[in-house]
Amino acid sequence: MGAGPAHRLYRQGRSPVHVLPPHTKLTAVLCFVVVVVSTPREAIWAFAAYALLLASVAYAARVPPAFWLKRLLIEVPFVAFALLLPFVAEGGRTDVLGLSLSVDGLWGAWNVLAKATLGVAASVLLAATTELRDLLLGLRRLRLPPLLVQIASFMIRYGDVVTDEMRRMRVARESRGFRARGPRHWGVLAKSAGALFIRSYERGERVHLAMVSRGYTGTMPVIHEVTASRAQWTYALTLPLTALAVCLLGWTLT
Amino acid sequence: MDPDVTAAPAAPPSLEVAGLAYAYPDGHQALFGVDLRIERGERVALLGPNGAGKTTLVLHLNGILTAGAGTVTVAGLPLGKRHLAEIRRKVGIVFQDPDDQLFMPTVREDVAFGPAAAGTRGPELEARVLKALGQVGMAAYADRPPHHLSFGQRRRVAVATVLAMEPEILVLDEPSSNLDPAARRELADILRSLDVTVLMVTHDLPYALELCPRALILSEGVIVADGPTGELLADQDLMSGHRLELPFGFDPKTAPRK
Repeated sequence: MGAGPAHRLYRQGRSPVHVLPPHTKLTAVLCFVVVVVSTPREAIWAFAAYALLLASVAYAARVPPAFWLKRLLIEVPFVAFALLLPFVAEGGRTDVLGLSLSVDGLWGAWNVLAKATLGVAASVLLAATTELRDLLLGLRRLRLPPLLVQIASFMIRYGDVVTDEMRRMRVARESRGFRARGPRHWGVLAKSAGALFIRSYERGERVHLAMVSRGYTGTMPVIHEVTASRAQWTYALTLPLTALAVCLLGWTLT
Repeated sequence: MDPDVTAAPAAPPSLEVAGLAYAYPDGHQALFGVDLRIERGERVALLGPNGAGKTTLVLHLNGILTAGAGTVTVAGLPLGKRHLAEIRRKVGIVFQDPDDQLFMPTVREDVAFGPAAAGTRGPELEARVLKALGQVGMAAYADRPPHHLSFGQRRRVAVATVLAMEPEILVLDEPSSNLDPAARRELADILRSLDVTVLMVTHDLPYALELCPRALILSEGVIVADGPTGELLADQDLMSGHRLELPFGFDPKTAPRK
């Protein structure tokens, strides 16, 4: 639908995954994550199956593995936390490469790592195949409170405007010889942040005025009605349903 | 506009303001009894120095501010709670900063906002959007996000968002501000091509002369002059008496008229 570089996570395309209505994709990802999280951690093969499922979705969406994996890096801070677990957790210990590690901690680390990675991978796929504004339409379709959706859509629209304002203020500061060199200058930065807040607040008031002038009464008019056919729902829900089968199998086998 | 092109005399004036007075909640009085009347199809400039009350007056025209005294009538409809939605559809205000006016993620959705809020849906809505964008020459940009357009393009889209509501009167607040000369001329061509009543609030005097045969001067909250734009601009005492100054080297008596 849209054109232009919408956001860096998005990858333009017309694959079968791209054209699915946004709310079906959102539902599918949410269900998939819930299923993954409720899988017993001992069923290691189940997580491999999930990864395989996601890989096949990525293949269908024609998202190249490099693009996908690079965006998984956002997970790194959580990985660091997971790696700490075997060292700090209580319980029986085992020796790995000469280090004494907690067995429980190892399982915990694996649990966090596997589930988080799968969750992030699914979300990155969703973001790669769905434009931001389509996501908003999907959220509204899923009956998220309209106020939240409006706030999110204004964030998208005005993010650039506010960033630009921030940049202009920085240029103005630096043009007058200011350089932040330590705590002594934090006051200046704090005042800039305050000024930015006030400017944004005033812009908010002016935007509201413009909206009221064009007949805004508290709800956004529905301009694009996104609808999904039964076939599209079935197609989108294939992912979580297959995952659910794997999960149930995992519970019965362990 | 020539008198022979104006609509049949039966049509009520697009805008009639009588005895409008307003004081801000902090006590500062901005308007002291404004009277004006704009016939259908006219293009009128509202001139005045900074702080004359121009923007305050504009905010009264669609009921965002409510007058302390006096009345506003749009195409025969008195402004009041009962007709507020209808009046807001009829009075299209184009604000000064297009970033304030364009608040939706894409140009198409933004132009559709007004008519959609009034209940238009489906193919009719789409037709309205495309027509309005076509009028300002921006149809090719329908799917772009507003912040990826140039300032002049954003101003034109802002005009389109209002045109899509098929207003009785188009009110422009400083339409030429921040535009480069080419964008300024493009906007002038667009405004001239529209078949709609225009009230243009500005202190860009050459632009007023170029576009509006008639001008009003608002100073210290009252209308102090009303007449052909060329004559008002040529009246030096009147101009300097109300802090209105022509740009260096500009002579309204010799300026070309379109």
